[in-house]
Amino acid sequence: MVVTDNNNFIENITANEKAVAAIWNLLEEVYDPEIPVLSIIDLGIVRDVVLTSSVNENIEATIVITPTYSGCPAMDAISMDIRLKLIEHGYKNIKINTMLSPAWTTEWISETGKEKLKAYGIAPPNAKQIVCDTKLFVELEAIQCPVCNSYSTKLISQFGSTPCKALYQCQHCKEPFEYFKCH
Amino acid sequence: MQQVNSANNQTDLIELDSGKVPLWEGFREAFILHLADNALILAQRNSEWCGHGPVLEQDIAITNISLDLLGQARNLYQYAALLINKEPHNLSASSLHSGGKEVTEDSLSFLRTEREFKNCLLVEQPNGNWGYTILRQYLFSVYQFLLYGQLQYSEDENLAAIAVKSLKEVTYHVRWSSEWVIRLGDGTAESHKKMVQALEEVWSFTGELFLPEPYENEAITGFDLVALQHSWLQQITNVLKEATLFSSALNEKVFMQSGGKKGLHTEHMGYILAELQFMQRAYPDAEW
Ligand SMILES: [Zn+2]
Repeated sequence: MVVTDNNNFIENITANEKAVAAIWNLLEEVYDPEIPVLSIIDLGIVRDVVLTSSVNENIEATIVITPTYSGCPAMDAISMDIRLKLIEHGYKNIKINTMLSPAWTTEWISETGKEKLKAYGIAPPNAKQIVCDTKLFVELEAIQCPVCNSYSTKLISQFGSTPCKALYQCQHCKEPFEYFKCH
Repeated sequence: MQQVNSANNQTDLIELDSGKVPLWEGFREAFILHLADNALILAQRNSEWCGHGPVLEQDIAITNISLDLLGQARNLYQYAALLINKEPHNLSASSLHSGGKEVTEDSLSFLRTEREFKNCLLVEQPNGNWGYTILRQYLFSVYQFLLYGQLQYSEDENLAAIAVKSLKEVTYHVRWSSEWVIRLGDGTAESHKKMVQALEEVWSFTGELFLPEPYENEAITGFDLVALQHSWLQQITNVLKEATLFSSALNEKVFMQSGGKKGLHTEHMGYILAELQFMQRAYPDAEW
């Protein structure tokens, strides 16, 4: 009797873990509406996935996300897309919580994510970089051109088409490009 | 901002007109609303440049800053709403006091009256020319940079989280605006002249930033407005010197405008709110 209970318990745990892993996989298919090559997993904004089932077997899925930028208009769209994706796969009870702390940083963008950005023509944020520093007037680090890989590039504007990007131009191949700026 | 709680508050408005001064009893709520109002009103002002910037890149820059500020305002209003809904009696003297409805980020921004806004006078001033807008942004961004720099260590975890997040954004604002202050101040004779004029106009609105209100003194332990002013002066002096705009007169005690932080605004504030709040006032609870 005791042994059976214990087995059930372990089975339940593994079932829950599997279901959570399945949701993480589903979230790979939710994309940033402004940079459609990046999934929200690549972006590193999904902080946690929690599944709880109550007595009536009504499973509640809680997805915890962190905003990239305070004013990022994509966050509302992303929340909606997560909801739709989960509904599509049979989840009815979905909660999306926003977590501000610890604050999102570009270091959370996955390596695959950085490669995808570069292939898409956006220079990925430099790995360790002083621009991230909240100190003022630091020397700007060289940004690599995503087209010809030259480091001879110049900053055109610290602000680009979305809050996460800056505008650069390559001095070598002359291509203007966007840089996913460091936060 | 989508869902808006309606506040059917005709009677309250009339009461306000007859001299009832709306106050938030909770210092913490008042402090957070003050920070939020500063961010919202400057976001609204900067957004007026959308499509009117001197060059495309700078048009994009100032509206990006506007968006960052709006985001900060949203985070702060959401947190203020959370606190206010926990202690609804604090609403008793507010125009939002209506039938036990919870306040939201939307009702706080779209349904409060002018006297309830606690933003400083600096952010509500008209944009003037590009130089004036840049200079105001610079002076305010340095203030925000130092302010969030302090608040990130606050024992209030929510406020600290918002501060850390905002600080990264404000760093970019300071870098961008200081470069422009230097470029225009140390630029042509014409741009220099306009910047000197802008500094004269904007300066009398800077004192209020450091004039403590009770809610600033009481809300957060360790929040030090005096130290903040000291660092602010030091930092802006360096940039103004490089921009050839510094004059020793800036260190002299001059008359400073104040009142915004108490809810006593200049005549410009009403027009901003008229535009900002029009939709929700005319079509209560309208949604996208
Ligand atoms: Zn190139």
